[in-house]
Amino acid sequence: MTRNSLFLLFILAAPVAWATSAEDNYKTYCWQCHGMRGDGMGLNVQDMSVQPRDHTSAKAMGGRSDADLFKVIKQGGLAIDKSVLMPPWGDTLSDDEIHALVDYLRQLCQCR
Amino acid sequence: MKRLLVLVSLVCIGPGMAADGDAILEKHCATCHEINGPAAQSVEELWQRQGPDLFYAGSKYKREWLSNWLVKPRRIRSAGYLFFQHIKPGDKRDIVDASGLRPHPALSPAEAESVTTALMALKAKPGEIKAGDFKGGSIAIGFGEMVFDKFNGCMACHEIEPGYGGLSGPEVYTVARRLQEDYLVSFIRNPQAWNPKTPMPNKHTAEPNIQKIVQYLVALAKEDWDDTK
Repeated sequence: MTRNSLFLLFILAAPVAWATSAEDNYKTYCWQCHGMRGDGMGLNVQDMSVQPRDHTSAKAMGGRSDADLFKVIKQGGLAIDKSVLMPPWGDTLSDDEIHALVDYLRQLCQCR
Repeated sequence: MKRLLVLVSLVCIGPGMAADGDAILEKHCATCHEINGPAAQSVEELWQRQGPDLFYAGSKYKREWLSNWLVKPRRIRSAGYLFFQHIKPGDKRDIVDASGLRPHPALSPAEAESVTTALMALKAKPGEIKAGDFKGGSIAIGFGEMVFDKFNGCMACHEIEPGYGGLSGPEVYTVARRLQEDYLVSFIRNPQAWNPKTPMPNKHTAEPNIQKIVQYLVALAKEDWDDTK
């Protein structure tokens, strides 16, 4: 392998090695309210005034555009006139990580 | 002569005790806590942490609480330091899985005193926290709860009394007994400045509301919670 191809391999592999997967981010930041199964029945829900959204429900998720989902993750519930209980994660996650989470939500709900 | 002896013994005991504290920190505390920094820079690094970072403990904790807690530690986070490592699906919702939760080691009063001395010497870097960030003042508990819960949604993750509130974050009804008010202001203002991957979000709370939240936490800590059990 030439030096150039090694360099190219490094450049291509680097982002994959450094980015946190959507699944791991979901576990770290979303499980606490949306639950291990993504069904909205997380550890924190008992005393919540508004129940977290069921990410596995095509009915609950189908009405939301990808742009809305991106916005609510980055800026919080109030940004789309929803609950203050959904916090903004824009200082925690990169835009790329949030886009990946939107894709992950689409896998959970099996909906568009 | 007597004065000289007292002075000599103070000089000898002082650094000796601190040195013992440093040794305990290095040998025991550092196996679970980061004592040199920096904070975890990635989720993967965060997952390796087994307790809060201590490399700025002297800017975070209240000395008296720390020395007492180290003698008689009690759980502050229902689901451990990283909640997602200690939960399981329940019938209605996810519940705490206590099987993997280990109690914090208890120290003797002398060890606790020397470890506390060593911890209180670990200060945040200049500029990370400002003395006087908390402006003082008071707030009615009821209004404080509205600011904390209704306006900012913090109760989603934090208990405001035993058995009431979220479980993924540390209980907050004792937090102002535990942590310095200036640190609380600074952490709420920008949690990621302290711990880039913390599960605590930056809600961009307006400065007057941050002051109100900390006033509320101070008022809450004065209630008669029994935090010795």
